[in-house]
Amino acid sequence: MINVTINNQSVHVPEETTILQAARKINIRIPTLCHMENREPIGACRVCVVEVEGARTLLAACSTPVSEGMVIHTHSTQARMARRNVVELLLSEHDGNCQTCDRGTDCELRALAEEMGITDLPYEGVKITPHIDDSTPGLVRDNAKCIKCRRCVTVCNEIQGVGALFPQGRGFDTVIGPAFTRDLAEVACVQCGQCAAVCPVGAITEKNNIQDVWAAIENPDIHVVVQTAPAIRAALGEEFGYEPGTRVTGQMTAALRRLGFDSVFDTNFSADLTIMEEGTELLTRLKKALVDKEDVALPMFTSCSPGWINFAEFYFPQFLPNISTCKSPQQMFGAVAKSYYAQKIEVDPKNMIVVAVMPCTAKKYEAARPEMNANGVQDVDYVLTTRELAKMIKEAGLDFRSLPDEEMDAPLGLSSGAADIFANTGGVMEAALRTAYEIVTAKELPVENLHVTPVAGLEGIKEASLIITDTIHDWNFLEGVELKVAVAHGLGNTRRLLEYIKANGCPYHFVEIMTCPGGCIGGGGQPRFTDDSVRLKRIAGIYAEDESKPLRKSHENPDIQKLYKEFLGVPLGEKSHHLLHTHYAPKQQTCPGE
Amino acid sequence: MSIDATVAPCKCDCACGEQATEAELMVRLEEVIEEYREKEGGLIPALQIAQTIFGYLPDPVVNRIAAGFNKTVSEVAGVISFYSFFTRNPRGKYLVRVCLGTACYVRGGKEVLEAIKKRLEIDVGETTEDRQFSLEVGRCFGACGMAPVVMVNDDTYQRVKPARINELIAQFITEEEPAAEGENK
Ligand code: SF4
Ligand code: SF4
Ligand code: FES
Repeated sequence: MINVTINNQSVHVPEETTILQAARKINIRIPTLCHMENREPIGACRVCVVEVEGARTLLAACSTPVSEGMVIHTHSTQARMARRNVVELLLSEHDGNCQTCDRGTDCELRALAEEMGITDLPYEGVKITPHIDDSTPGLVRDNAKCIKCRRCVTVCNEIQGVGALFPQGRGFDTVIGPAFTRDLAEVACVQCGQCAAVCPVGAITEKNNIQDVWAAIENPDIHVVVQTAPAIRAALGEEFGYEPGTRVTGQMTAALRRLGFDSVFDTNFSADLTIMEEGTELLTRLKKALVDKEDVALPMFTSCSPGWINFAEFYFPQFLPNISTCKSPQQMFGAVAKSYYAQKIEVDPKNMIVVAVMPCTAKKYEAARPEMNANGVQDVDYVLTTRELAKMIKEAGLDFRSLPDEEMDAPLGLSSGAADIFANTGGVMEAALRTAYEIVTAKELPVENLHVTPVAGLEGIKEASLIITDTIHDWNFLEGVELKVAVAHGLGNTRRLLEYIKANGCPYHFVEIMTCPGGCIGGGGQPRFTDDSVRLKRIAGIYAEDESKPLRKSHENPDIQKLYKEFLGVPLGEKSHHLLHTHYAPKQQTCPGE
Repeated sequence: MSIDATVAPCKCDCACGEQATEAELMVRLEEVIEEYREKEGGLIPALQIAQTIFGYLPDPVVNRIAAGFNKTVSEVAGVISFYSFFTRNPRGKYLVRVCLGTACYVRGGKEVLEAIKKRLEIDVGETTEDRQFSLEVGRCFGACGMAPVVMVNDDTYQRVKPARINELIAQFITEEEPAAEGENK
């Protein structure tokens, strides 16, 4: 242990602790910008400088380890002035326009300026020439707002393993962006939006579809259906002052109704539907492999996460046959709403608009994929992020905190707890096992409280195995088989897992992939700022939601049973095939030569 | 993929004087990648050699180098755009570089640059349509005492005046090689 003094308080910390960590331990806040949790400090922004007695210069707290007897002053005049100077310089180049910035009041730069008491700017700097990159369906980049902290570079390269972003050029002219300052649509960006999630300012945000949705709601000839993803209900509350992980399902439903949506439904419903289709697909693939000795692609990968689909199409096309052909719950929902539900209420699908509220920016991309049009119209018309929904609620003047709890509409509003856990890493796997095990053995999955704990939590790659016994007649071929599964979240972890499978062959039957760290609860469209403590709280909220449900397994959902009976027939049947399944194709990874 | 290789003469031993084909250039690129990929800091020299092979760094070359070094294209692009000696455009026969280091800048380097831009009708980083001239700026050529300095290929021209730019350029435009080379022009 090392003893140091910070602002006249002594503190004992282990070796290798940074000044920043030591200060946090005794609740002294040192501002940071480029620094990111669980990452090596890059020391780029110098917003965290502090005075250390005996040192010739001010030191960056995020990257300087403490040493025995160090005497640190975090808020001496010198330190404060230096930090202030850094922020003033950033502000002088920054094309602010705070009043009209998408970022609103949660901008970290604005907060820093306030914290440092900056009320006027000594420099009139040259502003960066703006270039708005709105080339993709999911994201907008505005480089004139960028303060070059490089958090997006870190997340895109190190956490997502994509590397679409990197500093280009040098000095004042540096642009943080794709190769040779191209637009995102020209490079192999998967639209995950993790860059937008970590950007401290308004330089990367989702593409805003709020006006489109208002226009649909206000059009009397259009029936507007809304669906909300499982991850929204444990995060939306943060936009209204609730703790992360607070479950606001009932209030959210009330808000959606008051916004004017004609039918308020749940993506959870189609998550249950996904389990029926995907579980059956897995069992079918296993049967083909084990009984019919057919050459069938195993392991099977989940297909709910559109960033992962993009990633596979760009970087691992050899695994495309392994990805479940199931559309994601968002898309299944749209396809069912515009057929089954549209028929029920006698609305022409052309006069129905499906809006999806998602924790995700890649979902905007997915909704726009041309093949996603089972009924001759796009399955899903507009996707709003959690943040955009919060903006609409505020714009409509709703006092969210005082809204009553309301129930979703029927028949696409009822869901099991298995659907809720689609929101977090390990959840789709657990939901699938709850149903598949019961199909095969007619018994409940033999784990405590139905939770498959080895695949839960924030570890990057997780695995579990389960020996299947006491199978019922149709599934006897699985008797004694050890079912092996793996779960990865974050595309960097995914890349590691796929490389491992490529090199060593695959020990698994079924693999769940979620694009974002922590799963959808940590999606690129969620309230900012998401760190591991927030992830864990949201996950806890989701598990609580699951456990609170009378139904915990997808196949027990009576409205799903009814959907099959009245409309779809059987899982993987002809109608399902047409409405609920899709295909994938490789994408060019690098910009082709001129 | 197509690479314009007109500025890269064949470097094989046969002394045939023929232009190397695109495929031959790509083979040489592979050799360079092979040689440098494991070396610490090998990316920059590999890019430099690639640029001498191709005359510039077009997308297919950048993509290939990125793959060879197991780096992302955006990172390699970041390196290329960081250093002013890399070019993404095919270079002309004559590379005109104007120093804008401090000494040259205060003694009229900027005006010299403007005059050259006007004369060649191109911007910095561009090449004339006839592929004769490319224009770039440099930071210091180590001749500050004789500022402002302009380099044309490997020759240095010192105390250049904007008014004399036409003359300087003209000598490269004539059919024959210019009589007087370089120093103290
Ligand atoms: S959306 Fe994802 S892949 Fe695309 S630039 Fe951002 S972090 Fe990288
Ligand atoms: S876009 Fe945002 S996260 Fe990326 S460098 Fe700029 S300010 Fe930082
Ligand atoms: S936070 Fe320490 S240098 Fe940026």
